[in-house]
Amino acid sequence: MPRITFIAADGAETVVDAGEGDSLMQVARAHNVDGILAECGGEMMCSTCHVYVEGDWLDRTGPADEDERDMLDFAPCEITDASRLSCQVKITDDMDGLVVRLPERQV
Amino acid sequence: MERVVVIGTGQGGFQLAASLRQEGFTGRITLIGEEPGLPYQRPPLSKDYLKDGNDARLLLRPPDFYEQQRIEIIGSTRVTGIDRTTMEVETGDGARIAYDHLVLATGSRNRIPPIAGLDRPEVLALRTLSDARVLRDRVEHMRRVVVIGGGFIGLEFAAVARARGIEVAIVEGADRLMGRAVAPMTSRHFLDVHRGWGSSVHLGQFAEAVTDAEGSLAVRLRNGSEVSGDTIVLAAGVIANDAIAKEAGLATDDGIVVDDLLRSSDPNISALGDCCRFVEPVSGLVARLESVQAATDHARTIAARLVGQPKPYAAVPWFWSNQGDRKLQIAGYAPDADDWHVAEADGKLTVFCFAGDRLASVETVGNAGAHMAARRIFANAGRVPRKLLETADYDLNAVMAAA
Repeated sequence: MPRITFIAADGAETVVDAGEGDSLMQVARAHNVDGILAECGGEMMCSTCHVYVEGDWLDRTGPADEDERDMLDFAPCEITDASRLSCQVKITDDMDGLVVRLPERQV
Repeated sequence: MERVVVIGTGQGGFQLAASLRQEGFTGRITLIGEEPGLPYQRPPLSKDYLKDGNDARLLLRPPDFYEQQRIEIIGSTRVTGIDRTTMEVETGDGARIAYDHLVLATGSRNRIPPIAGLDRPEVLALRTLSDARVLRDRVEHMRRVVVIGGGFIGLEFAAVARARGIEVAIVEGADRLMGRAVAPMTSRHFLDVHRGWGSSVHLGQFAEAVTDAEGSLAVRLRNGSEVSGDTIVLAAGVIANDAIAKEAGLATDDGIVVDDLLRSSDPNISALGDCCRFVEPVSGLVARLESVQAATDHARTIAARLVGQPKPYAAVPWFWSNQGDRKLQIAGYAPDADDWHVAEADGKLTVFCFAGDRLASVETVGNAGAHMAARRIFANAGRVPRKLLETADYDLNAVMAAA
């Protein structure tokens, strides 16, 4: 099971084992990771599950596509090249060790 | 304030509880709901859940969240009355639960139209997780389904069914699809889309009865024709659950009437989401909206007030419907639209809906950028004159800079 680290805006780390096939958002929610709202349930409609993919991991997750970027533009915190909507990141085996940071707020 | 009691364990009730804790409320929070289990998300029930059947993915939060946050959930329990004098609610099993503040997050229930034969087991509705489980099991064996109602839920289900190779017939009483929610051009677009996927769509046809047909069922339409299917899915809209408020003497009008702080006519009782009638801030119109956005933004507004930071409700309404590969998004609220401007390019549809000289809403299909720009424009400017759109040649980025 891929191990994933979420780093909150205040630096607090949560390390969890992800189920393969889940989205990063589903993993965060199933493990009670604070700071991801996901109000639309993963349909890429609300832009409240924003994360920053740490370092080279962006090579594995890939960047946001055009639609996702359009939605991210409305998120309240800074958008960078590492920004993703976590509902659009599907967990695969080669993401073991993935680290993502959470923004200060989602709304 | 010691104890907040919430009637309803849907997304709005959940958000109210979560927001209260975020805002630092330390008193007792109790949610009472008719459904068993923990709060879950409904939007996927008519889409992904029918494909993956994964219950755990629907939960808004895992069980330990409620322990950590000290949020008490009383499920499978019906509230039968509100005693506003003693400030207590009474439940079906006779218990009385005292509140200092009561929040009505009772949501809505499916409208059951006057159609004979709806009590047959092959007639299914889609509202709750329990409904969705039954429907999902049935989808495995369905060969031909008749969907009664051409609104969001009916069409979302129709798209899922069609993608599985099931024959689909959609029966809609109005003369266009999603007529209550979208512009005529958007209705037309989705009519073409669903017909293109192979569904038969019967517009302007009320269903009158579900009857037996050779080895199967049939829906008889008002014009006398029949549409056959082995399963009937009823998706004919919803009704606000406001009876309990009405019985308690609160002001209701197809929904519990609330002010701009989401207070009912009793200051100790608030209401949110599908069940309440409120002043939609962008249009200034009185509205009752069925959306995740309204439920969650209402909840945040109430939570802020309950911790002593009241702010009038000011959120921009938005809606979505995923039908197959088509993403419909709506920013704004336009029941009074009387003119439209359509822009179509690269497979993206954008419909600007006007009410007089005011931009009332923007509907987009496959154009998330325009949708988000419209949301931002409404949030920043509130009232957007039509002239602004015309001057900017309907370029929302230019409007955003000017608004």
